[in-house]
Amino acid sequence: MSFTGTDTYVATDDLMVAVNAALALERPLLIKGEPGTGKTVLAWEVAKSLGRPLISWHVKSTTKAQQGLYEYDAVARLRDSQLGDPRVHDIGNYIIRGKLWEAFEAEQVPVLLIDEVDKADIEFPNDLLLELDRMEFHVYETRQVVRAARRPLVIITSNNEKELPDAFLRRCFFHYIRFPDRETMQRIVAVHHPGIKPALLHEALTVFFELREVPGLKKKPSTSELLDWIRLLVAEDLSPEDLRSKDAKTLIPRLHGALLKNEQDVHLFERLAFMNRRGG
Amino acid sequence: MFLSLFLELKAARIPVSLREYLTLLEALEKGAAGYSAETFYYLSRSALVKDERNLDKFDQVFARVFDGVVGEAAPPDSGTAADIPADWLRALAEKMLSPEEMAAIKAAGGFDELMEMLAKRLAEQKERHQGGSKWVGTGGTSPFGAFGYNPAGVRIGQPANRHNRAVKVWDRRDFRNLDDGVELGTRNFRLALRRLRRFAREGASTELDLDGTIARTARSGGMLDVQFRPERHNKVKVLLLLDVGGSMDAHVAACEELFSAARSEFKHLEHYYFHNCPYGHLWRDNARRWDDRIATADVLRTYPADWKLVIVGDAAMSPWEITVPGAAVEEWNEESGQVWMGRLTAGWPGAVWLNPAPEAMWQWSESTQILRRLMGGRMYSLTLDGLDHAMRELNRGAASSPRTG
Repeated sequence: MSFTGTDTYVATDDLMVAVNAALALERPLLIKGEPGTGKTVLAWEVAKSLGRPLISWHVKSTTKAQQGLYEYDAVARLRDSQLGDPRVHDIGNYIIRGKLWEAFEAEQVPVLLIDEVDKADIEFPNDLLLELDRMEFHVYETRQVVRAARRPLVIITSNNEKELPDAFLRRCFFHYIRFPDRETMQRIVAVHHPGIKPALLHEALTVFFELREVPGLKKKPSTSELLDWIRLLVAEDLSPEDLRSKDAKTLIPRLHGALLKNEQDVHLFERLAFMNRRGG
Repeated sequence: MFLSLFLELKAARIPVSLREYLTLLEALEKGAAGYSAETFYYLSRSALVKDERNLDKFDQVFARVFDGVVGEAAPPDSGTAADIPADWLRALAEKMLSPEEMAAIKAAGGFDELMEMLAKRLAEQKERHQGGSKWVGTGGTSPFGAFGYNPAGVRIGQPANRHNRAVKVWDRRDFRNLDDGVELGTRNFRLALRRLRRFAREGASTELDLDGTIARTARSGGMLDVQFRPERHNKVKVLLLLDVGGSMDAHVAACEELFSAARSEFKHLEHYYFHNCPYGHLWRDNARRWDDRIATADVLRTYPADWKLVIVGDAAMSPWEITVPGAAVEEWNEESGQVWMGRLTAGWPGAVWLNPAPEAMWQWSESTQILRRLMGGRMYSLTLDGLDHAMRELNRGAASSPRTG
């Protein structure tokens, strides 16, 4: 069983090799790349193509590694003890399972997505080393060992906000999703908008890649923004000429709101467009 | 079997460990690489490189180790190496150039002739960089630019995609601009900022850990068990001195971009400008640099030693401007820059100097050498790597007692 991309996801050769290597060796796969290049979506698509359930754990700045394993709800137990609830005698009633536990004990071997691992505290990856390596952990309160009968495929995404510890990296396969070139981008758009007219697609991609070349943009538009934009273009039923027209008013691409996400970028672009017009 | 690759990677200072090498072997055993050189390249990259900044180095090493071993490549020293690109260059040029431009080229000496020169140029380039970086990447090669062809539109790397075998995939060196020796770009800026944020969130203090207290109290059966934990706070105060004017013009916008974005991270960020070397006066607004100045002595008094001093400047000037009183270009300085630098480093012992000029150039500039010495060696290049070191130094400065520069 191997991953070859799906009908809604274009996987490059190197990405396929990385996913399949992680599958074969049952090691975690670390995915990095510019925002909006499909890191999170990858996990969905891998799960879909392998026919496995997906368990996703979205990490936030306050997430602790322990929460992925289990949590002991001490407050609930304290309250129950005050109320004389008989449940209080079994500590197991207050152990709340985390995503890792869920993934280890799932009926069907799942795909576990640990999303945006770099958002969490700097120690977070270190705290998961052993758990991801051996796929087992010890529950202190109940003196029980949770072990994965079959190792799930773990996909970890990172936006590079923090550096990950070497020990953690050593245990992973790594793939950096590059920004797609024009050809790949064409395939990606075709997968999402099968009916799009080639002329419109050509114009849209030209505008898009030109826009990305503009120096000094705070946030370069990425794949997901391009897809949104094209969806808008299709919905508005714009013609390629609308995109191409070079008169003063439309120097900024139509419906640019989908591509440029902050007003400084829009201003910058307006200024450049203005200067272009004066120069030309 | 692939030990030479592993050792070469080590030699190129890519952090690979035995464990990763064994992983690679295991993956090969399980057939994850298939039987093509390209998948082997992808697999080894995925198993051995864990940081996109090292991908470019990896490509170079891979190319060196497997040069002539892998695939159907022509012998590197034969003329054919240059012939292959010539094919697609021609195709590309015909596609990219308008008829008018083609005519202009013909007038300038004939298309074939130019193509020949182009091929020769490429061949030269290939040979010169045989040692590792075979291709100078899109921006560097751009022979079209040299001949006046549409420079923006022509991508040397792209046709290789279509012909696939013209340039081997690792020879394309797609990851070139992610190397961490590269000067900071927009994307890299953001990364660098994240480093500052990490540093901003550190700090030692204690606060009551309410959750911990409840948990421990519950665990010990209702006996109050008070817990403390270190506080996460963002109290780092940064004093930024920026060199303006002259050779710094190109860099200042970049520096400001970096630190103005940092403003949201640092609750306390103050900045002043100076020219070449800090003397008796600093200013906040370049437009009003003559009438709205502040005495450096006041700055020294205003910000106590728990502020972090970061000086950004290229340190390129005449050595006299540092060592001799009255040699400053813009003002009459009673005391030499050296004296003022001494006061600054005494006031903020952990201060660092960030230098946007390439580190390799420092040794040729006497003023840079002097300032570096005055900073106690804490001059770092304004690259990701340098910034990382600088931040680490600033952090360390907070922990240790004041040192003499």
